[in-house]
Amino acid sequence: MTGNVMGSDVPSEPHGFEEHSYDVVVIGAGGAGLRAAIAAQDAGAKTAIVCKSLLGKAHTVMAEGGIAAAMGNVYPDDNWQVHFRDTMRGGKMLNNWRMAQLHAQEAPERVLELEEWGALFDRTDDGLISQRDFGGHRFARLAHVGDRTGLEMIRTLQQRAVAQGIDVFMECTITELFKTAPGDGNRISGAFGYWRESGRFIVFHAPCMVLATGGIGKSYQVTSNSWEYTGDGHALAMRTGASLINMEFVQFHPTGMVWPPSVKGILVTESVRGDGGVLRNSDGKRFMFDYIPEFFKSETADNEAEADRWYDDKSNNRRPPELLPRDEVARAINSEIKAGRGSPHGGVFLDIASRRTPEFIMRRLPSMYHQFKELADVDITAEPMEIGPTCHYVMGGVEVDPDTGASKITGLYAAGEVAGGMHGSNRLGGNSLSDLLVFGCRAGLNAAYLAHQSRGGQRPRVDGAEVRAAAKRALAPFERAGGENPYTIQHDLQDVMQRLVGIIRNADELAASLKEIDALKERAKNLTVEGHRQYNPGWHLALDIVNMLTVSECIATAALERQESRGGHTRDDFPATDDSWGTRNLVLTLPDGSDGKVHLEHQPLPAMPDDLKKLFETLT
Amino acid sequence: MSTGVMGPGRAGVEAKTLRQDRWWLAPLTTFVVFTAFVVYATWRAFSGEHYYASPYLSPFYSPCLTDSCVEGSSDFGQPFSWWQLSPALIILVFPLGFRMTCYYYRKAYYRAFWLSPPACAVAEPHGKYTGETRLPLILQNLHRYFWYAAILVTSILTFDAILAFRDEDHQWGHMGLGTVIFVINVALLWLYTLSCHSCRHAVGGRLRHFSKHPIRYKVWTWVSKINKDHARYAWLSLFSVAIADIYVYLLSSGAFEDPRFF
Amino acid sequence: MSYELRMRLWRGDASGGALGDFTVVVEEGEVVLDAIHRIQATQAGDLAVRWNCKAGKCGSCSAEINGRPRLMCMTRLADFEESETITVTPMRAFPVIRDLVTDVSFNYEKAKQVPAFAPTPRDADGKRRMQQVDVERGQEFRKCIECFLCQNTCHVVRDHEDNKAAFAGPRFFLRYAELDMHPLDTNDRRKLSQDAAGLGMCNITKCCTEVCPENIKITDNAIIPMKERVADRKFDPVTWLGSKIMRRSDTAQREEV
Repeated sequence: MTGNVMGSDVPSEPHGFEEHSYDVVVIGAGGAGLRAAIAAQDAGAKTAIVCKSLLGKAHTVMAEGGIAAAMGNVYPDDNWQVHFRDTMRGGKMLNNWRMAQLHAQEAPERVLELEEWGALFDRTDDGLISQRDFGGHRFARLAHVGDRTGLEMIRTLQQRAVAQGIDVFMECTITELFKTAPGDGNRISGAFGYWRESGRFIVFHAPCMVLATGGIGKSYQVTSNSWEYTGDGHALAMRTGASLINMEFVQFHPTGMVWPPSVKGILVTESVRGDGGVLRNSDGKRFMFDYIPEFFKSETADNEAEADRWYDDKSNNRRPPELLPRDEVARAINSEIKAGRGSPHGGVFLDIASRRTPEFIMRRLPSMYHQFKELADVDITAEPMEIGPTCHYVMGGVEVDPDTGASKITGLYAAGEVAGGMHGSNRLGGNSLSDLLVFGCRAGLNAAYLAHQSRGGQRPRVDGAEVRAAAKRALAPFERAGGENPYTIQHDLQDVMQRLVGIIRNADELAASLKEIDALKERAKNLTVEGHRQYNPGWHLALDIVNMLTVSECIATAALERQESRGGHTRDDFPATDDSWGTRNLVLTLPDGSDGKVHLEHQPLPAMPDDLKKLFETLT
Repeated sequence: MSTGVMGPGRAGVEAKTLRQDRWWLAPLTTFVVFTAFVVYATWRAFSGEHYYASPYLSPFYSPCLTDSCVEGSSDFGQPFSWWQLSPALIILVFPLGFRMTCYYYRKAYYRAFWLSPPACAVAEPHGKYTGETRLPLILQNLHRYFWYAAILVTSILTFDAILAFRDEDHQWGHMGLGTVIFVINVALLWLYTLSCHSCRHAVGGRLRHFSKHPIRYKVWTWVSKINKDHARYAWLSLFSVAIADIYVYLLSSGAFEDPRFF
Repeated sequence: MSYELRMRLWRGDASGGALGDFTVVVEEGEVVLDAIHRIQATQAGDLAVRWNCKAGKCGSCSAEINGRPRLMCMTRLADFEESETITVTPMRAFPVIRDLVTDVSFNYEKAKQVPAFAPTPRDADGKRRMQQVDVERGQEFRKCIECFLCQNTCHVVRDHEDNKAAFAGPRFFLRYAELDMHPLDTNDRRKLSQDAAGLGMCNITKCCTEVCPENIKITDNAIIPMKERVADRKFDPVTWLGSKIMRRSDTAQREEV
C-alpha cells in the first residue's frame, strides 16, 4: 500500500505480493477508462482503476477542441446519420460501420451525462451546450469549453468516479495480464504490476479487465503525446492472445508547435482553424486551395470568398479547405515544407491574428494564447504561429466486438484509443472524446455484466508460478550490468519511426525500419538500469520499451503490407487509394511460439447494411 | 520548529526558503508605511487641535460631534456633547474598522506585521496557527458592517468636499488648492469603498443566476473591474486622507496659506 | 546557442537527502524540465521526477525552482542568467517520496470529502439550460489543472502539519465556490466549507493566487466570495433572516449538506 491508493479494499498477500480481488479492473484513467469504471461500478461490479500517473493527469487532459455529438443545438439539421456519414467518409470508409453508428447515435446522451456530473460547457444564447466547427464535420458539432475540453471531461469523470467511491491505484503500472489455461476457458484471470512509488509488486484478481491505455505516440520523436503513450494496452492485448487491426494508420496532426525545439510537437488545436485561422506558406499564400482531393471536392470551397462566408452561413457555402480531414491537411503542409515554402523553423504559418479580433481569440482560444506566450514568446493575437505535423493518434488498436468492446479473449475489453476500428483510416477531430465516452461506457457495462455472470461459479484463478515468473521478468534489468541504457534505446527507436515510418512511407524505408526494429529488440534484451526500485524512471522506461517495440513492429509490418495510400497511411510508391484495399483490415497477432515476431493476416471488413449505405446517396 | 517545512517526512532542506529574490522588500515597505501612518494618525487623533481651517475640516475629524469642536466645524450638530476626549476618536473607529477588516489590508498586515507568512514559500515563525476561526480574528467576518459605515462616512466626507467650494466666510462659488485635495481624496475614498469585496458580494456576487438579475449583474461587472485594483485604492486613499489632514494642519497652524483660485 | 547550465537538484527520500550539483548542456528555448530530462538520460538514470504532458496542461511537474513553487515545464531557462545556478527541490509542503517526487495524496483525500454535484432535474426535452453568464465564474475555477502548487504554497498547511486534517486548501475552496455558484446545484455547502473544509483558517494572504500557473484569481474570485457567502449564512443575522423570509428564487431548492 502506498499513499497513492484511493480505496477501501484490504489486500491479502498469499504469494508474498500485495493482492486485490475485483470484478472489473480498468487499466488506464483517461476518458475511456474513467467512463468504463463509472459504468461498471454503476452496474454493481466491484471496480478498480489502475493508472500509470496520478488521477486526472492522463492524456485526455490535453484534448482541446471538443466532443463531437450531433445534438443539433446550433444546427437543428444535424443528426446521427450526418455524423455517421462524416465519420465514415473521414475514415475513408474503412471504419467498422457498427462502431461508427453506435458512436454517432450515443454521443449526445454521453455528453448530456457529463453535464449531469458537473461539466460546465460553453453555452448558446438559448442556454444549451454550444457547438463549434471542426475539420470534416458537416455541421458545428463539437461541445466544448474554450480550448480545454479534455480537461473539463477528465475532471468531470474523475470527480464522478471519486464520488462513486471507485478504488483507484495511482502511479501503478500493469506489466502482464494473466489468463487461465486453454483447457480451462482461456479467459482473463488477473494482472501483474508494480507501484511506481515504491517499486513493490501488486497482483489483481479479476475475471474482467478493460484496457483503456491510450496510444503509441511516444514511439515517435515529434509527438503531441505524453510519456505514458507507450502502447502498453496494445502490447498487453497481443501478448494475451488478442488481435490488433488498422495499425498502419497513424494520425499526424497537421498543427503542432515547431519552435522552440523543446516544445516541438505540442498540439495546436484544430479549433484555431475552426474559429477562422488559415494556413499560409512563406509566400503568404493560402495554399490549401491547391490540395483539395477529388473525394472532398463537392463539399469544399474552392475560393477564399466562399470559404470566408462559410463561417457565418454554412447552408449556402462550402467548407474552407483548411478544415479538410487531418490527413489531407498534414500531407499538404508536408508538401509545402518539402517544396521549400516553409517557415523559418521548418513549418508553415497558421494565422488567426489577421482574421479575428484579439478579444475573440482570447475568449475562444485562451490556452493557445497562454501556450504560445509562455513557451514560444509569440502573441497569437498579433502574429502568426509556426506549425507543422506531429504524431497525434493511432487509429489502429485492439480488435473488438463493436457492441460490447470485447476482444477475442474472454474477459478482456478495450475502449478508446487502444481499441481499433471505429475511426477507420483517419479520425475526425472531436470524434476521439466522444469515442472514449461511448465505448468506455459500453465496455465497462459489458465487463460488469460478464463479471456478474461468472459470479456464481468458480472464478478464474491466477497461477502462482506465473506471478513469480512475471516478477522475475520485471526485475531482470537490475540483474544485468554494463548493458544498454533504456533512454538510448528509446531515443533510437523514436529516430527510426520518425525517419522511416512517418507521414510519407515507401517499401524500402519500411523494410529497413523492420530490420532496425529487430536490432533494437535484440539490444533491448540486454537492458540495464541503475539505482533501486523506488520511483526509478529508468527502470519504468526499461519495462515500457518492450511494449513500444512491439507496437512499432506492428505499425511498420502493416504499413509495408498495405500497398495503397488511404487516410493516415501514405505510400509514395503507391500514391493512389485502391478500392481492393478498401474492404480489407490487416490483423496482427503474436501467436504462441513466434518468439515475439508479429504475425499478419488479411481479413474482410464487415459489410455495411443497405439502409446505412443509402445515407451516402441521400444526404448532401 | 517541529512541523512545517522542517518537519519529518518533508524533503530535508536546511534553509527556511531558497528564494533568492528580494522577497522581504514588500512586507518591509508595508511595515514601515503602515507604522508611520499609525503613529501619525494616533498623534493627530489625540491632539484635538488644528483640524479645522475654514472651510476645510480634516477628514480625521469629520463629522465633528462634540461640544469641544471649534466653531464652524460641526455641520451635523453636537449630539455627543458629554464626550471629553478628542472628537476624532468617536468617528475614526469606523474607517479604522473598515480598513482593519478589509480583505486587502488583512493580507498586507498578516504578512508584514504577523509574518504569517512573510512572503510566499517563506516559512513563518509561528508554531501554531488557527487563522480566522476564533476570537478576535473571527470578527473579520463583520467586514460588511464596517462597509455600511464606510459608505456613510465617505458620504459625509463628500459633503465636506462640497463645502470646500466655499471661501473662509462660507460664501459659495470659490475654490482653492484645498478644494482640489479634498475632491481627489473623496474620489479615491469612493473608489476604495466601492471596490470592496463585500460591496462586490452585496451588489451581485451572492447571486447564483446573474441571468435573472441583469442590472445587478451589470453593477457586479463594474465593481469587479475596480475590485481588481482594490489594493491600489487602499494605498492611494490612505495617502490622500493623510495628505488632506496634513494640509488642514498646515493651514490651521498658520504654517501655510491656502492658494485660492477664485 | 547552447551553454553549460549549472543546476542543484535535491536528491534523497524521506530518510534524508541533499542538494547535488550537476552541469548540463542546454539549448535555446528550453525549459527547466528539459535540462532535468537530459540529466536523467545521460547522468542519473534513476533521478525521480514526475511529469506528463510537458505543455503546462496536466499539472504533474510541480516543484520549487530557486525557492519558488513553479511548473518545471513552464519555467523557461531564458528567465535566468546563463551564469546562474538553478536550484530545484521537491514541493516542501508534502511528504517526499524520492528526489523531486512528493506524495500528494493529501489532495486526493480532500477531494473525496467534497459532496458531489447534485443538479436539478432535466428540462422536458431532456436537455439542460444554463446561461453563459451563469457558468462563467465556475469555468474559471475549472481551469484548475490540479498541480497543487497552491496547496503547497499555502502556509496554513505548509508551515503547520497539524492543520492538514482540518484544512482542505485553496484548490478545494475553488471547488466549493464552483459548486456554490453553479446555477443548477441543489446543495448548500456554505456551512460545510467553513466548518469541515476550514475556510476560516485562510487568512487571505494570496500566495495561492501568486503561484497559480493558470492565473486563476483563487483569492479574489473564489475564497473571498466564499467567505462572504459563509458570512451570509453564519455571521450576518440580517441577511440570513432576509433569505429565510423572502425565500428568494435564487437560493431556493438548496439543501444544506
